[in-house]
Amino acid sequence: MSNLYEVLPAEAADDVPVRKVTIRVNGESLSAVVEPRLLLAHLLRQGFGLTGTHTGCDTTNCGACTVLLDGQPVKSCTLFAVQADGHDVMTVEGLAGPSELHAIQEGFKEEHGLQCGFCTPGMMMTTKALLDENPNPTEDEIRWALSGNLCRCTGYQNIVKAVMWAATKLQDQ
Amino acid sequence: MSDGGGDAKILAGGQSLVPMIKLRFASPEMLVDINNLPGLDYLRLGEDGRLHIGALCRHGALERSSLLATHQPTMAAAAPLVADPIVRVRGTLVGSLCHADPQGDWASVMTSLDGLVVAQGPKGRRAIPVKEFVRGPFQNALAIDEIAVEAVVPAPQGVSAGGYLKLERRVGDFATAGVAVSINRVGSNVTRAGIALTGVGGSTISADDAARVLVGGPLTAEVIGEAAELAAQAAQPHTDHRGSASFKRQVVRVFTSRLLTRLLLSEEEAA
Repeated sequence: MSNLYEVLPAEAADDVPVRKVTIRVNGESLSAVVEPRLLLAHLLRQGFGLTGTHTGCDTTNCGACTVLLDGQPVKSCTLFAVQADGHDVMTVEGLAGPSELHAIQEGFKEEHGLQCGFCTPGMMMTTKALLDENPNPTEDEIRWALSGNLCRCTGYQNIVKAVMWAATKLQDQ
Repeated sequence: MSDGGGDAKILAGGQSLVPMIKLRFASPEMLVDINNLPGLDYLRLGEDGRLHIGALCRHGALERSSLLATHQPTMAAAAPLVADPIVRVRGTLVGSLCHADPQGDWASVMTSLDGLVVAQGPKGRRAIPVKEFVRGPFQNALAIDEIAVEAVVPAPQGVSAGGYLKLERRVGDFATAGVAVSINRVGSNVTRAGIALTGVGGSTISADDAARVLVGGPLTAEVIGEAAELAAQAAQPHTDHRGSASFKRQVVRVFTSRLLTRLLLSEEEAA
């Protein structure tokens, strides 16, 4: 066991039921003791300190909290942490090491695929799932795949360009 | 579910239920997560021609299904329009029926198909027509000790045709209005028709009068106009931030006409 985190509200009463969960996060097995009602987004951020996953709307609209669950994009604000028990989760921190950039991150940098940056982690995780399944998407396919991720700066044009940049780079590698 | 005493909820995709809990619109005492139950994620065409959709069959699986693309045009048209691509990874058709949101797409689609929900409880299984299953806004016909295990589309008599159209302000928004049309034809003769409306009333609306005028003859511009008018009359829209009541009624009229006209044109092309 590498790490055991406890994620409980400060005022948690003795009779609050808790569950232990073990999740493979970015390749590392992490465990936590949580209330069953805790959302995965909150475990990632407050429990594991992985604050790259953003909570935007908190109502399953914006996609800023998107992570990969067993390789598929999910809105982590709409999944209980206990539901990820025994599964693989990949967050934006898992794309590349701390001093490196993944091709997707490089694409967002090169093509200026962000303005305020708040939606970017979710955009990049959905992009990861898209390119894993479809390495050479058309512009329409990119727009379709990203339609569950909202950018309030409305910088969609450069986001699409960033994904295309990443697709080309990944294919050349 | 019995232990929950009526205050327990099944958690499948959770894409509607979890946001409602977070907004305190729902506060179930107990959630029963069925995601780890094996064998419920199927989409299967039976030898008898009935289509079976398991309780854990996700919208995304329906969207990618070649079986739907070839066999069930109304469902195939609706699947890519449900919510957004990320929500479709988790959300389920059966869960959407149970949730019974008047703005849910699947309740309209399954109503237009005379679909059924199979409920299972301690006393066994029973099949409930979707029209009776959806009791009202966010109300279904399940007993407190029952769970919905699958949805069933009856075998078509003849060839299935149909479609689904939805107006939404942006991807993932609730429908401003939606129309599902499903017909069966033997030759050019319409043997069965169903039309159902999304988001234009307190519950899913089955436009039975509109469907009835289509049955017993071929599609013509005249009956299409009549059906579109009757569908618009069946709508009970309210004016809100998505549009005025008269606008939504007009959308229903246009969508019904457009869907049926497409079927008429594709028939003429084939002939």
